[in-house]
Amino acid sequence: MRKINVRLVREAVKGLSLEANTVLRKDILGALKKAYKNKSEKRAKNILKILLENAGIAAREKRAICQDTGLPVVDLEIGQDVSFVGGDLNDAITQGVKDGYSAGYFRKSVVEDPITRKKINLLTPPVTYMKIVAGNKVRITVAPKGFGSENKSRIKMFKPTAAIEDIMDFIVETVKLAGPDACPPYVIGVGIGGTFDKAALLSKKALFLPVNSKSGDKAAARLQKAVFKNINKLNIGPMGLGGSATCLGVNILTAPTHIAGLPVSVNVSCHATRSAAKVI
Amino acid sequence: MISIKGQIKKASLKNLKAGQEVIYTGTILTARDQAHKKIAGVLASGGKAPVNLKDAVIYYCGPTPYGIKNTVGSAGPTTSSRMDDYTEPVLKAGAAALIGKGSRDGKISKLLRKYGAVYFVTIAGAGAYLAKKIKKVKVAAYKELGAEAVYEFQVEDFPLVVAIDSRGNDLYSGRG
Repeated sequence: MRKINVRLVREAVKGLSLEANTVLRKDILGALKKAYKNKSEKRAKNILKILLENAGIAAREKRAICQDTGLPVVDLEIGQDVSFVGGDLNDAITQGVKDGYSAGYFRKSVVEDPITRKKINLLTPPVTYMKIVAGNKVRITVAPKGFGSENKSRIKMFKPTAAIEDIMDFIVETVKLAGPDACPPYVIGVGIGGTFDKAALLSKKALFLPVNSKSGDKAAARLQKAVFKNINKLNIGPMGLGGSATCLGVNILTAPTHIAGLPVSVNVSCHATRSAAKVI
Repeated sequence: MISIKGQIKKASLKNLKAGQEVIYTGTILTARDQAHKKIAGVLASGGKAPVNLKDAVIYYCGPTPYGIKNTVGSAGPTTSSRMDDYTEPVLKAGAAALIGKGSRDGKISKLLRKYGAVYFVTIAGAGAYLAKKIKKVKVAAYKELGAEAVYEFQVEDFPLVVAIDSRGNDLYSGRG
């Protein structure tokens, strides 16, 4: 067994919280630059230029890229040969988020009671996922997810006999309904298969992958291409003011499912799709 | 590009048309979900809002703090449609302009026409960029709400686009 002190997890989560919120991912930055270069619409171009400038200011001055520093999602892939020592792992993760968010002056966007909205002004707890994998390493991802786009996400339990076009229409319709509200150009994470909850988790994890990562599943890869094309025909554009830069990319993850069903989850994300990962 | 400086008066916004770009230098008051709920509640029970809403410019924003006192780190707009149901009392109390992101319910363009106010959008997701346009910050009301408190911002060259003008023309209607 490899012993890992939870202090290392806390430090890693702190560092990743700071990085994810202030340094825009290289792949997202690349996609924005590409959209800026390729588009000719003047207003869209001006907005994309400001978004690039925003990323520069955030990185240089250690400011949050977006004031919505999210309900942070922390994802851990833990090698089965790892033994955590030195304290409680969950506490270490929560403390790491608190350390990072305090040091970065990030927003206290967490409310403890979802119904009464009592106990506000909190930085934590994050939403944490853990998965046991082979090996003796721990991979940690911190993804601050803004709620403007989270609110526009949808899930649908399709019939198993549904056509691929039906799935495509649902994904494109989800973006159409988001319209100008959720900070386009969007990044779209899609989860197909599994159960209700599994599809939702896959759609979230799809956002951690580099934008436009080609799906390993052939049908999903075809769907990915078609969805991307059709979303960019919606004429939503940056700030929703029109143009063909409506979507920076689509990622799809799939899982085996039941003969009676076909869950499809769409996690809408903004042009400031954020995450940072590290292996310890 | 139209430049507006100093105290906004409703009358001076009359000529703005949906789609026009504006840069604004002056005072802005932030208010988002919980502040709207509170203000609407106070006004409904015949009370007074904790800030003067006459000719006010309301910004749907919950900023992040920053390491330097009386500044903000990141301060972009939040989704305006969540404020749709609380917008009439704010307009009735005299607000001249609203700033946010995204489309509004159809009733908002009617309300803006009725009260002669304007709905602007600003660059969503450009919180760091916009924070640099905010030169002075102070809490104006509801300090206990933290990020959702009402802050008074002094802004310089704050970029805006007229999304719904005072005649009710909506830049977003029929789009998407």
